[in-house]
Amino acid sequence: MAEPGKTIEELCEIKEKIVASYPDKVGKNRDKHIQVKGCTDAPSIDANAKTIPGIITTRGCAFAGAKGVVLGPIKDAVNLVHGPVGCSYYSWLTRRNLARPAEGGQSFLQYCCTTDMQEGDIVFGGEKKLMQAIREVHEILAPEAIIVSATCPVGLIGDDIASVSRQAEEELGVKVFSANCEGYKGVSQSVGHHIACNALMEHVVGTEELGDPTPLDINIFGEYNIGGDLWSIEPVLERIGYRIVSTYTGDASVHDLARAPHAKLNILMCHRSINYATKMFNDRYGLPWLKINYVGIEETARSLREMACFFGDEELMEKTEAVIGEEMARIAPEMERYRQRLEGKKIMLFVGGSRAHHFQRLSEELGMNVVMAGYEFAHRDDYEGRQILSQIRKKGMSKVVQDIQYELEPGFKPPLSEAELEEKNRQLGGHLLDYEGMISHMKEGALIMNDLNHHETELIIRELEPDVFCSGIKDKYVVEKMGVPSRQLHSYDYSGPYTGFDGALTFARDIDMAVSTPTIRFITPPWKDTEADCDA
Amino acid sequence: MAKSSVSTTNACKLCRPLGACLAFRGIEGSMVLLHGSQGCSTYMRRYISGHFREPVDIASSALSETQAVYGGAENLKQGIRNVVAKYAPAVLGVATTCLAETIGDDVGMAIAELLEEDPEMRAIEIIPVSTPSYSGGYMDGFRDSCVAILEKMASAEQSRADQGSGRIGRLNLFPGFLSPADIRYLKLVMAGFGLESMIVPDISETLDAGIGPVFSRIPAGGASVKDIRLAGSATASIELGLLNPAGQSAALLLERSLGVPARRLPIPMGIRYSDLLFEAICSVTGTPLPEKYQQERGRLVDAMVDAHKYLFGKRAVVYGEPDFVAALTCFLADVGVQPVVCASGGDGPEFRKTLEVLTRDLDETPEILVETDFSDIRFHSRAAAADLLIGSSKGNHIARDLDIPLVRLGYPIHDRIGGQRILHVGYAGALNLLDILTNTLIAKEQEHLGYGYSYM
Ligand code: SF4
Ligand code: SF4
Repeated sequence: MAEPGKTIEELCEIKEKIVASYPDKVGKNRDKHIQVKGCTDAPSIDANAKTIPGIITTRGCAFAGAKGVVLGPIKDAVNLVHGPVGCSYYSWLTRRNLARPAEGGQSFLQYCCTTDMQEGDIVFGGEKKLMQAIREVHEILAPEAIIVSATCPVGLIGDDIASVSRQAEEELGVKVFSANCEGYKGVSQSVGHHIACNALMEHVVGTEELGDPTPLDINIFGEYNIGGDLWSIEPVLERIGYRIVSTYTGDASVHDLARAPHAKLNILMCHRSINYATKMFNDRYGLPWLKINYVGIEETARSLREMACFFGDEELMEKTEAVIGEEMARIAPEMERYRQRLEGKKIMLFVGGSRAHHFQRLSEELGMNVVMAGYEFAHRDDYEGRQILSQIRKKGMSKVVQDIQYELEPGFKPPLSEAELEEKNRQLGGHLLDYEGMISHMKEGALIMNDLNHHETELIIRELEPDVFCSGIKDKYVVEKMGVPSRQLHSYDYSGPYTGFDGALTFARDIDMAVSTPTIRFITPPWKDTEADCDA
Repeated sequence: MAKSSVSTTNACKLCRPLGACLAFRGIEGSMVLLHGSQGCSTYMRRYISGHFREPVDIASSALSETQAVYGGAENLKQGIRNVVAKYAPAVLGVATTCLAETIGDDVGMAIAELLEEDPEMRAIEIIPVSTPSYSGGYMDGFRDSCVAILEKMASAEQSRADQGSGRIGRLNLFPGFLSPADIRYLKLVMAGFGLESMIVPDISETLDAGIGPVFSRIPAGGASVKDIRLAGSATASIELGLLNPAGQSAALLLERSLGVPARRLPIPMGIRYSDLLFEAICSVTGTPLPEKYQQERGRLVDAMVDAHKYLFGKRAVVYGEPDFVAALTCFLADVGVQPVVCASGGDGPEFRKTLEVLTRDLDETPEILVETDFSDIRFHSRAAAADLLIGSSKGNHIARDLDIPLVRLGYPIHDRIGGQRILHVGYAGALNLLDILTNTLIAKEQEHLGYGYSYM
């Protein structure tokens, strides 16, 4: 039975209505991006498809994915953007990936360096200017590494940023590498993630030794420390006994990233943005990955238990249970208080490529119904699980980004033999090296909408009347103008962290704030009135 | 002084198409489509939303590899069709990004083809503007868009009421990029003089809208197509901001093409530049300054006297667009604050000349930085032992480093709320700035007192 008091048939009708609101061709396209969970004759969802010109999407570009998401958070490197001024300016501290300089180290996150290409550079090429800019960055800021990223014009005018980077590295004796993440590549920021993962694998990973390995060394992948998310889960992991060798790439040092292959397990938070790297780690170092989720109390506990199971160490398991028990007891009364306040509220989650999934259990723990969830730039495997991978045709993607296939590095000893790995995976119910995707965890009668746009946001709010809508800044004010409270799940609306046990409470408090503010009494949502005010 | 390095660290300018997006936002029933890849639209939407805290829809022709090689005309046409189908705009601005400019797409031709193929599209004012970010900054895109809008729509047509009435009724106002609060103030001023005004762009409602009973996808407000058409019959045009080249002046365009006399004035921030605005309106209308504004001016002078003991000799760094920096410098000079660094990511001979004239009689000549970035501004602010910074949020790291306050004015302001409601212009605006500035300095001093403070 559908949660919002609507039957699956009614929800299918709503979907039809949305599709019918478009010109034929567009409608046909959007039909494939919208699903009702439990609707039997539903075709599989389409995702990672080209945006339709003129349809206003929230998606960004490859540059945003590479520089903005994956490479940007590396704190002791300087990201030098080769291109006209805008792209670097817009990606200057606009994401809330936080960092503290390590002891004796530096953080360059507040710097936004660009070659600020001018007309002459476009006409005659910008390689010389880039070289000079790299020298200046090295001289003035002296970072541990310099990462050059390309924006749209670079690929077109044929500047060879890889070779300039190579020359600069030789000349300056500091690590310099590049990412050809021109914004026109691919269909969204997603391809930029892949390009950035490749750059890290080729230039950083494995270039340094880990001096003091311990048996409980882990790496966290797909954690960007938004609003301090890493800092909220880190103490929990450390209390249990893990040592975090590196985090890809929140609050990361380039040196830690380089030493990562020597850990025993990679845990993976954001599957979409960085599963390329975890796969390459597995191929190259036999280092397995486990998809975890430490948003939500039950999910955090489950993840910690699976990690303990992976290591199979009695003491670790006990410590894990002890920490889970303590934390849960500590926050239970507050959680319960919020649950009573939020019980039955309808929440919509439209975020990036992972969070729409991550926040579902937590929302349910707080008594809310997730009536719609969707991703901005995810692929089908983020919806349906990795078993779908073999069916996905990557149309022409090889031209855009190379799918690097590593062999096991000669002389490198993987933490587990193949037989051990198989046994572990059996104990873990096949969860190692796998991700089930979002849909299997959703309730019947929930809507799934991929690459939601402004027009659909309006329709769906009118139809389902959510109590709170979680997405990003580009939808936020549309949603609020419609009288629906909104929280940003990209930047956390300048709040957070939302991970781990304390994070769950912070999220609860923020949602409560959004739905309970007395201000709401002064708003009459337009959709509460008539259909007539809809100018759609 | 020009920038000390080839690279730019923490840029002090925004890219050109952003200005187009802002300008078209002040036209009633309008939308913008950026011809390029979708990332630029997304970034600009978030950047405009972040300051105004309003929904901002900017479409894109969503070019990718194939179009980057073979041209994007088909995507552009499809994009326009889809925007028209879903938004039904009266005006559609089509601005280019670096990608479209680099591949050299002919936007004009694509639009002509579209009008051939779909004649019903002729009902919409489709206005292309070329905005390559690899030359100039966002104010170039802003001014160019205003010129393009007027070029396309202004005519010698007269309204029925104006015909033969012989009255001085209609004024064109080109305010440049001011806050919605500023535009609302200027509208009141015009009305106070009994003038009908056409303001391009008028973002007073579209970028600072209320939550009302009706939600419309394109926000209400903005200069109407009907009024823009009448621009040629106005008594005069007043344009605020005069440091952009003449070719980017909508007022001069109307003077040339339709004979409407143009007055170009600095942004009316501070008492001296506000005087220039009011004098200009008085002379156009042939009326004396209304009593209301005499009083407002009097209040301002009174407040300046009250504040001088907190302000005199304080050392300020000002940064932003050339016209904004020039106007603020003038204001500071009038209230006894010493500008020590005047910086802009832009340039222009007029900018430097203006600043030199403005600061000629000061005790100290400020450092004038052109085409600069925040890395240089930081260096010079430290060297000049500045007491405060004035400009957008982007100086916040310098303020933290130097432990001096930042007075947030202009655009973008994304780490405070209310940037869209800051009143900068006119006597009332000057009073507002004066209060903010003074209280910021007082608060800073109080914070640093080792002992409590008493009645001041
Ligand atoms: S590519 Fe050009 S138009 Fe687009 S954001 Fe960058 S500078 Fe601005
Ligand atoms: S699409 Fe291209 S030009 Fe636009 S922001 Fe991305 S890299 Fe920059």
